[in-house]
Amino acid sequence: MAEFFAMGGYAAYIWPSYALTALVMVGLLVATLKGLRSREATLKALEGSRPPRRRARREAAVHETAAEMGEG
Amino acid sequence: MHRFANPARFLRLSAVIQPWAAGATVVLLVVGLYLSLFGSPPDYQQGDTVRIMYVHVPAAWMALFVYVNMAIAAAVGLVWKHPLADLFSKAAAPVGAGFTAVCLVTGSLWGAPMWGTWWVWDARLTSMLILFFLYLGYMALVNAFDDPERGVKAGNVLLLVGVVNIPIIKFSVDWWNTLHQPASVIRMGGPTIAGEMLVPLLVMAFAFTAYFVSVVLLRLKSEILARKIQTLRLNDAQGR
Repeated sequence: MAEFFAMGGYAAYIWPSYALTALVMVGLLVATLKGLRSREATLKALEGSRPPRRRARREAAVHETAAEMGEG
Repeated sequence: MHRFANPARFLRLSAVIQPWAAGATVVLLVVGLYLSLFGSPPDYQQGDTVRIMYVHVPAAWMALFVYVNMAIAAAVGLVWKHPLADLFSKAAAPVGAGFTAVCLVTGSLWGAPMWGTWWVWDARLTSMLILFFLYLGYMALVNAFDDPERGVKAGNVLLLVGVVNIPIIKFSVDWWNTLHQPASVIRMGGPTIAGEMLVPLLVMAFAFTAYFVSVVLLRLKSEILARKIQTLRLNDAQGR
Protein backbone atom coordinates (compact mmCIF):
# COMPACT_ATOMS: atom_id res chain seq x y z
CA MET A 1 0.00 0.00 0.00
CA ALA A 2 2.76 2.43 0.95
CA GLU A 3 4.43 1.49 -2.29
CA PHE A 4 1.28 2.41 -4.16
CA PHE A 5 1.11 5.84 -2.52
CA ALA A 6 4.80 6.42 -3.20
CA MET A 7 4.10 6.13 -6.97
CA GLY A 8 7.66 5.10 -7.75
CA GLY A 9 8.98 8.26 -6.09
CA TYR A 10 6.79 10.62 -8.09
CA ALA A 11 4.01 10.96 -5.50
CA ALA A 12 4.66 14.70 -5.18
CA TYR A 13 3.68 15.20 -8.84
CA ILE A 14 1.02 12.55 -9.40
CA TRP A 15 -1.23 13.06 -6.37
CA PRO A 16 -1.49 16.85 -6.73
CA SER A 17 -2.49 16.29 -10.39
CA TYR A 18 -5.38 14.04 -9.41
CA ALA A 19 -6.28 16.21 -6.41
CA LEU A 20 -6.48 19.36 -8.52
CA THR A 21 -8.60 17.62 -11.15
CA ALA A 22 -11.00 16.40 -8.46
CA LEU A 23 -11.07 19.83 -6.83
CA VAL A 24 -11.95 21.64 -10.06
CA MET A 25 -14.61 19.11 -11.07
CA VAL A 26 -16.26 18.96 -7.63
CA GLY A 27 -15.96 22.73 -7.19
CA LEU A 28 -17.69 23.45 -10.51
CA LEU A 29 -20.45 20.97 -9.68
CA VAL A 30 -21.04 22.48 -6.23
CA ALA A 31 -21.05 26.04 -7.58
CA THR A 32 -23.47 24.98 -10.33
CA LEU A 33 -25.87 23.31 -7.90
CA LYS A 34 -25.72 26.26 -5.49
CA GLY A 35 -26.51 28.73 -8.27
CA LEU A 36 -29.34 26.57 -9.56
CA ARG A 37 -30.92 26.18 -6.10
CA SER A 38 -30.75 29.90 -5.34
CA ARG A 39 -32.29 30.82 -8.73
CA GLU A 40 -35.04 28.24 -8.23
CA ALA A 41 -35.81 29.83 -4.85
CA THR A 42 -35.81 33.37 -6.31
CA LEU A 43 -38.11 32.34 -9.14
CA LYS A 44 -40.50 30.64 -6.74
CA ALA A 45 -40.63 33.76 -4.56
CA LEU A 46 -41.21 36.01 -7.58
CA GLU A 47 -43.93 33.81 -9.01
CA GLY A 48 -45.51 33.29 -5.58
CA SER A 49 -45.98 37.03 -5.12
CA ARG A 50 -47.89 37.33 -8.38
CA PRO A 51 -50.40 34.45 -8.69
CA PRO A 52 -52.54 33.62 -11.76
CA ARG A 53 -50.44 35.61 -14.16
CA ARG A 54 -52.01 36.25 -17.53
CA ARG A 55 -55.63 36.74 -16.49
CA ALA A 56 -54.73 38.89 -13.49
CA ARG A 57 -52.60 41.06 -15.71
CA ARG A 58 -55.32 41.48 -18.33
CA GLU A 59 -57.93 42.27 -15.71
CA ALA A 60 -55.66 44.76 -14.01
CA ALA A 61 -55.10 46.43 -17.37
CA VAL A 62 -58.85 46.62 -17.98
CA HIS A 63 -59.41 48.17 -14.57
CA GLU A 64 -56.62 50.65 -15.15
CA THR A 65 -58.01 51.74 -18.50
CA ALA A 66 -61.47 52.03 -16.97
CA ALA A 67 -60.08 54.14 -14.13
CA GLU A 68 -58.19 56.36 -16.56
CA MET A 69 -61.28 56.82 -18.69
CA GLY A 70 -63.28 57.58 -15.59
CA GLU A 71 -60.82 60.27 -14.60
CA GLY A 72 -60.96 61.84 -18.04
CA MET B 1 -32.69 22.48 -34.21
CA HIS B 2 -35.33 25.12 -33.69
CA ARG B 3 -37.49 22.53 -31.98
CA PHE B 4 -35.11 22.89 -29.05
CA ALA B 5 -35.28 26.67 -29.08
CA ASN B 6 -38.32 26.30 -26.87
CA PRO B 7 -36.91 26.37 -23.31
CA ALA B 8 -39.80 24.35 -21.86
CA ARG B 9 -39.27 21.54 -24.36
CA PHE B 10 -35.52 21.70 -23.83
CA LEU B 11 -35.92 21.50 -20.05
CA ARG B 12 -38.10 18.38 -20.38
CA LEU B 13 -35.52 16.70 -22.62
CA SER B 14 -32.69 17.79 -20.36
CA ALA B 15 -34.45 16.36 -17.29
CA VAL B 16 -34.45 12.96 -19.02
CA ILE B 17 -30.82 13.05 -20.17
CA GLN B 18 -29.20 14.64 -17.11
CA PRO B 19 -29.56 11.71 -14.64
CA TRP B 20 -28.16 9.27 -17.22
CA ALA B 21 -25.20 11.53 -17.91
CA ALA B 22 -24.58 11.92 -14.17
CA GLY B 23 -24.76 8.15 -13.65
CA ALA B 24 -22.42 7.52 -16.59
CA THR B 25 -19.98 10.06 -15.12
CA VAL B 26 -19.80 8.21 -11.79
CA VAL B 27 -19.42 4.74 -13.33
CA LEU B 28 -16.84 5.86 -15.92
CA LEU B 29 -14.86 7.82 -13.31
CA VAL B 30 -14.70 4.83 -10.94
CA VAL B 31 -13.57 2.48 -13.73
CA GLY B 32 -11.26 5.10 -15.24
CA LEU B 33 -9.57 5.94 -11.93
CA TYR B 34 -9.10 2.25 -11.12
CA LEU B 35 -7.49 1.60 -14.51
CA SER B 36 -5.38 4.77 -14.34
CA LEU B 37 -3.98 4.18 -10.86
CA PHE B 38 -3.96 0.35 -10.47
CA GLY B 39 -4.85 -1.34 -13.73
CA SER B 40 -2.19 0.11 -16.02
CA PRO B 41 1.58 -0.39 -16.00
CA PRO B 42 4.16 2.34 -15.37
CA ASP B 43 5.88 3.61 -18.50
CA TYR B 44 9.27 2.05 -19.25
CA GLN B 45 10.86 5.51 -19.52
CA GLN B 46 8.64 7.82 -17.51
CA GLY B 47 7.77 5.43 -14.69
CA ASP B 48 4.61 6.25 -12.76
CA THR B 49 4.47 9.87 -13.95
CA VAL B 50 2.72 8.53 -17.04
CA ARG B 51 -0.36 8.30 -14.81
CA ILE B 52 -0.64 12.09 -14.98
CA MET B 53 -1.51 11.56 -18.65
CA TYR B 54 -4.88 10.05 -17.69
CA VAL B 55 -6.09 13.38 -16.34
CA HIS B 56 -3.89 15.73 -18.39
CA VAL B 57 -4.81 14.51 -21.89
CA PRO B 58 -8.58 14.15 -21.36
CA ALA B 59 -8.60 17.62 -19.78
CA ALA B 60 -6.80 19.00 -22.85
CA TRP B 61 -9.24 17.28 -25.21
CA MET B 62 -12.16 18.67 -23.23
CA ALA B 63 -10.66 22.17 -23.28
CA LEU B 64 -10.64 22.05 -27.09
CA PHE B 65 -13.95 20.16 -27.43
CA VAL B 66 -15.83 22.59 -25.17
CA TYR B 67 -14.40 25.60 -27.00
CA VAL B 68 -15.35 24.21 -30.43
CA ASN B 69 -18.87 23.52 -29.15
CA MET B 70 -19.13 27.06 -27.81
CA ALA B 71 -17.92 28.49 -31.13
CA ILE B 72 -20.52 26.43 -33.05
CA ALA B 73 -23.18 27.64 -30.62
CA ALA B 74 -21.92 31.21 -31.13
CA ALA B 75 -22.36 30.89 -34.90
CA VAL B 76 -25.85 29.42 -34.44
CA GLY B 77 -26.71 32.18 -31.96
CA LEU B 78 -25.50 34.96 -34.26
CA VAL B 79 -27.06 33.61 -37.47
CA TRP B 80 -30.39 32.24 -36.25
CA LYS B 81 -30.76 34.20 -32.99
CA HIS B 82 -31.19 30.87 -31.24
CA PRO B 83 -31.70 31.78 -27.56
CA LEU B 84 -30.49 28.48 -26.12
CA ALA B 85 -27.29 28.57 -28.21
CA ASP B 86 -26.39 31.86 -26.52
CA LEU B 87 -27.11 30.44 -23.10
CA PHE B 88 -25.13 27.27 -23.90
CA SER B 89 -21.87 29.18 -24.42
CA LYS B 90 -22.45 31.10 -21.22
CA ALA B 91 -23.14 27.86 -19.33
CA ALA B 92 -20.19 25.95 -20.81
CA ALA B 93 -17.47 28.61 -20.46
CA PRO B 94 -16.56 28.07 -16.78
CA VAL B 95 -16.40 24.29 -17.32
CA GLY B 96 -14.12 24.75 -20.33
CA ALA B 97 -11.94 27.17 -18.39
CA GLY B 98 -11.74 24.63 -15.55
CA PHE B 99 -10.56 21.87 -17.89
CA THR B 100 -8.00 24.21 -19.45
CA ALA B 101 -6.64 25.11 -16.02
CA VAL B 102 -6.43 21.41 -15.09
CA CYS B 103 -4.59 20.72 -18.35
CA LEU B 104 -2.08 23.53 -17.76
CA VAL B 105 -1.34 22.70 -14.12
CA THR B 106 -1.13 18.92 -14.56
CA GLY B 107 1.08 19.54 -17.58
CA SER B 108 3.36 21.58 -15.36
CA LEU B 109 3.36 18.83 -12.72
CA TRP B 110 4.29 16.31 -15.40
CA GLY B 111 6.88 18.57 -17.00
CA ALA B 112 8.76 19.24 -13.79
CA PRO B 113 10.05 15.67 -13.27
CA MET B 114 10.19 14.65 -16.96
CA TRP B 115 11.37 17.76 -18.82
CA GLY B 116 13.16 19.28 -15.86
CA THR B 117 11.09 22.46 -16.13
CA TRP B 118 7.65 23.60 -14.99
CA TRP B 119 7.04 25.76 -18.03
CA VAL B 120 8.50 26.62 -21.43
CA TRP B 121 7.21 29.31 -23.77
CA ASP B 122 6.84 26.96 -26.69
CA ALA B 123 3.98 26.85 -29.18
CA ARG B 124 1.83 24.14 -27.55
CA LEU B 125 1.98 25.51 -24.02
CA THR B 126 1.60 29.13 -25.08
CA SER B 127 -1.37 28.49 -27.37
CA MET B 128 -3.04 26.51 -24.58
CA LEU B 129 -2.49 29.44 -22.20
CA ILE B 130 -4.10 31.71 -24.81
CA LEU B 131 -7.10 29.34 -24.88
CA PHE B 132 -7.39 29.77 -21.11
CA PHE B 133 -7.37 33.56 -21.51
CA LEU B 134 -9.97 33.30 -24.29
CA TYR B 135 -12.26 31.48 -21.87
CA LEU B 136 -11.69 34.10 -19.17
CA GLY B 137 -12.07 36.94 -21.67
CA TYR B 138 -15.34 35.52 -22.93
CA MET B 139 -16.70 35.17 -19.40
CA ALA B 140 -15.70 38.74 -18.51
CA LEU B 141 -17.06 40.19 -21.76
CA VAL B 142 -20.46 38.48 -21.57
CA ASN B 143 -21.03 39.86 -18.08
CA ALA B 144 -19.70 43.35 -18.83
CA PHE B 145 -22.92 44.71 -20.37
CA ASP B 146 -26.09 45.84 -18.58
CA ASP B 147 -28.07 44.34 -21.44
CA PRO B 148 -27.35 40.59 -21.44
CA GLU B 149 -28.28 40.33 -25.15
CA ARG B 150 -25.46 42.70 -26.11
CA GLY B 151 -23.00 40.91 -23.85
CA VAL B 152 -23.82 37.56 -25.43
CA LYS B 153 -23.46 39.02 -28.92
CA ALA B 154 -20.03 40.49 -28.18
CA GLY B 155 -19.01 37.21 -26.56
CA ASN B 156 -20.13 35.24 -29.61
CA VAL B 157 -17.96 37.36 -31.87
CA LEU B 158 -14.98 36.78 -29.57
CA LEU B 159 -15.62 33.02 -29.63
CA LEU B 160 -15.65 32.96 -33.44
CA VAL B 161 -12.46 35.02 -33.71
CA GLY B 162 -10.75 32.79 -31.13
CA VAL B 163 -11.45 29.64 -33.16
CA VAL B 164 -8.26 30.38 -35.11
CA ASN B 165 -6.38 29.28 -31.99
CA ILE B 166 -7.80 25.73 -32.10
CA PRO B 167 -5.89 24.40 -35.17
CA ILE B 168 -2.82 26.24 -33.88
CA ILE B 169 -3.03 24.22 -30.63
CA LYS B 170 -3.67 20.96 -32.48
CA PHE B 171 -0.83 21.32 -34.99
CA SER B 172 1.61 23.31 -32.84
CA VAL B 173 3.55 20.14 -32.04
CA ASP B 174 4.06 19.46 -35.77
CA TRP B 175 4.71 23.02 -36.96
CA TRP B 176 7.28 24.05 -34.37
CA ASN B 177 10.05 22.40 -32.43
CA THR B 178 8.87 21.86 -28.92
CA LEU B 179 9.43 19.91 -25.76
CA HIS B 180 5.86 18.69 -25.96
CA GLN B 181 5.49 15.29 -27.58
CA PRO B 182 3.49 15.00 -30.83
CA ALA B 183 0.02 13.48 -30.99
CA SER B 184 -0.03 9.77 -30.18
CA VAL B 185 -3.76 8.99 -30.13
CA ILE B 186 -5.64 11.21 -32.60
CA ARG B 187 -3.27 10.95 -35.56
CA MET B 188 -3.12 9.63 -39.11
CA GLY B 189 -2.28 5.93 -39.10
CA GLY B 190 -3.87 5.18 -35.74
CA PRO B 191 -2.71 5.47 -32.14
CA THR B 192 0.91 4.67 -31.30
CA ILE B 193 0.19 4.29 -27.61
CA ALA B 194 0.07 0.83 -25.97
CA GLY B 195 -3.43 -0.63 -25.62
CA GLU B 196 -3.19 -1.03 -21.85
CA MET B 197 -2.61 2.74 -21.60
CA LEU B 198 -5.04 3.68 -24.34
CA VAL B 199 -8.01 2.04 -22.59
CA PRO B 200 -7.77 4.00 -19.30
CA LEU B 201 -7.12 7.16 -21.32
CA LEU B 202 -10.28 6.70 -23.38
CA VAL B 203 -12.38 5.71 -20.35
CA MET B 204 -11.27 8.90 -18.57
CA ALA B 205 -12.01 10.94 -21.71
CA PHE B 206 -15.56 9.54 -21.83
CA ALA B 207 -15.91 10.18 -18.08
CA PHE B 208 -14.92 13.84 -18.56
CA THR B 209 -17.34 14.15 -21.49
CA ALA B 210 -20.19 12.69 -19.43
CA TYR B 211 -19.28 15.06 -16.59
CA PHE B 212 -19.37 17.99 -18.99
CA VAL B 213 -22.80 16.97 -20.33
CA SER B 214 -24.32 16.54 -16.88
CA VAL B 215 -22.90 19.79 -15.48
CA VAL B 216 -23.62 21.88 -18.57
CA LEU B 217 -27.26 20.74 -18.59
CA LEU B 218 -27.61 21.91 -14.98
CA ARG B 219 -25.91 25.20 -15.80
CA LEU B 220 -28.11 25.70 -18.86
CA LYS B 221 -31.20 25.18 -16.73
CA SER B 222 -29.78 27.73 -14.28
CA GLU B 223 -29.25 30.25 -17.13
CA ILE B 224 -32.82 29.73 -18.36
CA LEU B 225 -34.12 30.41 -14.84
CA ALA B 226 -31.95 33.55 -14.64
CA ARG B 227 -33.56 34.82 -17.87
CA LYS B 228 -37.02 34.10 -16.48
CA ILE B 229 -36.19 35.95 -13.25
CA GLN B 230 -34.94 38.91 -15.26
CA THR B 231 -38.11 39.04 -17.37
CA LEU B 232 -40.35 38.86 -14.30
CA ARG B 233 -38.41 41.64 -12.56
CA LEU B 234 -38.54 43.85 -15.67
CA ASN B 235 -42.29 43.32 -15.86
CA ASP B 236 -42.67 44.16 -12.17
CA ALA B 237 -40.55 47.28 -12.57
CA GLN B 238 -42.72 48.39 -15.48
CA GLY B 239 -45.81 47.74 -13.36
CA ARG B 240 -47.16 45.07 -15.68
